[in-house]
Amino acid sequence: MILLAVDWALVLEKLIFIAVIITISLVVALYMTFGERKVAAWIQDRIGPNRAGPLGLLQPLADGVKMFFKEEIIPTSSNKVLFILGPSLAMITAMLTSAVIPWGDKAELFGRTITLQIADVNIGILYVFGVVSLGVYGIMIGSWASNNKFSLMGGLRAASQIISYELAMGLSLIALLMITGSLSLGEMVKQQQEGWWNFFLQPLGFFIFLVCAFAECNRTPFDLAEAENELIGGYHSEYSSLKLGFYLFAEYINMFISSAVMATLYFGGYDILPFYDETAWGLSANLMALLGAAALFVKILVFIFIFMWVRWTIPRFRYDQLMNLGWKKLIPLALFNMLVTAAVILFLKK
Amino acid sequence: MQLTNRAKQVDRRPLNFAEKIYLPAVLKGMGITFSHIFKKKATIKFPEETRPFSPVFRGLHILNRDEEGRENCTACGLCAVACPAEAITMDAAERLPGEEHLYREEKYAAKYEINMLRCIFCGLCEEACPKDAIYLTETFAPANYSRQSFIYGKENMVIPHPKENPEAFTKAKGLIDERKAKASQQQ
Ligand code: SF4
Ligand code: SF4
Repeated sequence: MILLAVDWALVLEKLIFIAVIITISLVVALYMTFGERKVAAWIQDRIGPNRAGPLGLLQPLADGVKMFFKEEIIPTSSNKVLFILGPSLAMITAMLTSAVIPWGDKAELFGRTITLQIADVNIGILYVFGVVSLGVYGIMIGSWASNNKFSLMGGLRAASQIISYELAMGLSLIALLMITGSLSLGEMVKQQQEGWWNFFLQPLGFFIFLVCAFAECNRTPFDLAEAENELIGGYHSEYSSLKLGFYLFAEYINMFISSAVMATLYFGGYDILPFYDETAWGLSANLMALLGAAALFVKILVFIFIFMWVRWTIPRFRYDQLMNLGWKKLIPLALFNMLVTAAVILFLKK
Repeated sequence: MQLTNRAKQVDRRPLNFAEKIYLPAVLKGMGITFSHIFKKKATIKFPEETRPFSPVFRGLHILNRDEEGRENCTACGLCAVACPAEAITMDAAERLPGEEHLYREEKYAAKYEINMLRCIFCGLCEEACPKDAIYLTETFAPANYSRQSFIYGKENMVIPHPKENPEAFTKAKGLIDERKAKASQQQ
């Protein structure tokens, strides 16, 4: 029975950590809806929600309660199982990615060394890619099950968009991987802690990654899948109540997670300052871990702000523009970036 | 033929690379939106703040009293005749001995109703009144659930009594004086 000798403390530790991370993502996503409305308002010279609670801070709760009490409608002509599966899948895949992101350095708690990462998988970034591309199934299944032309159209758009942009994203990442030589996100952060942040080595790659991240999250200007004007909401036009809430919420969680991924890949993750050795401060490991996690959150918030800022600045692309940008501009750019990076690495090695 | 000199030549050259990649234009747009974050907000936080009314604003009516608290209206019906929307109805009654402290004239309006859903707030009643009795104020009818509640009676419109509630009376009088001043300015 030696095989079953599991380290129960480890399991417990991970379970608690998972619960914490999921709670944090949910709360952050909740307040992102509020932030989104505030940013939109500021950009449009308005004030934004300010009635529910102090400074309007209870607004997300009010929105949630509203969603919760709406009538639940399942169209008679829909495929019930898939109809329910769609939003659940969108939500689950949105959450899954958080597993491999290193949220902070090691911390000492109750005499144990705790890594602030749920699983340091050695193929971390591939896992992220896999799960993110699964995310589109939530949209596709939901739109198919709705049995509505507009929904289906939205689903088709989402699928082809993800395929197109995943390519450019992967190519921009290959250049990054040539530099780091590792697929593990934890390893990447460690390298950036010691050396330069990857952004300074891969500015073009980062830019391509950023654009593709917008596309993968279905955010404006790439929100063709849910174009309100021509597709009356696209894939979620048949959804109501909490299932609609799940879809909308999954978008925010996706945004949060891709901000975290970008911060980790290109901006040193939980590294506090670029070009600076923080160990010189001589702080305790726990404090450093805490500061690191805070630094990561600041970076994530900045990215989230950029997501919103872009959304309220530019209108949606036309579909042919979207495809042109993806296939004819971003992919060649990513290839070019990859070749240049490879050549430079080869040259430096000689 | 040139009609004005405002014509602009449209640039129909094909997009160059920077334009095709959209980035410079997007960044420029983002600069504009970012600057708006710090601009003065146009919002008026309504119940706490209100937008100042224009000097000619015409709102709900009030019925005037004189300094001793007697109602001015004599139920002559001129306002009802003047009213283009036929919003005003009234019943006249004769003042009985002993009621001199209530009504200024021998005849008074026992019932005086304005249907605020019919009223178009033109202010002609105010202009028609020979007895300095009806004025429009700077308040508007609040929302309500029933049509009946938009028919305003005397209890909604007659201003407070100077003896019972001197403060409110002075305030209402102040409003009326302001209104008169504005009206004379316009003439
Ligand atoms: S304001 Fe005009 S419409 Fe309204 S009651 Fe007076 S006269 Fe009639
Ligand atoms: S309000 Fe004026 S015009 Fe109308 S009935 Fe009374 S006194 Fe006559």
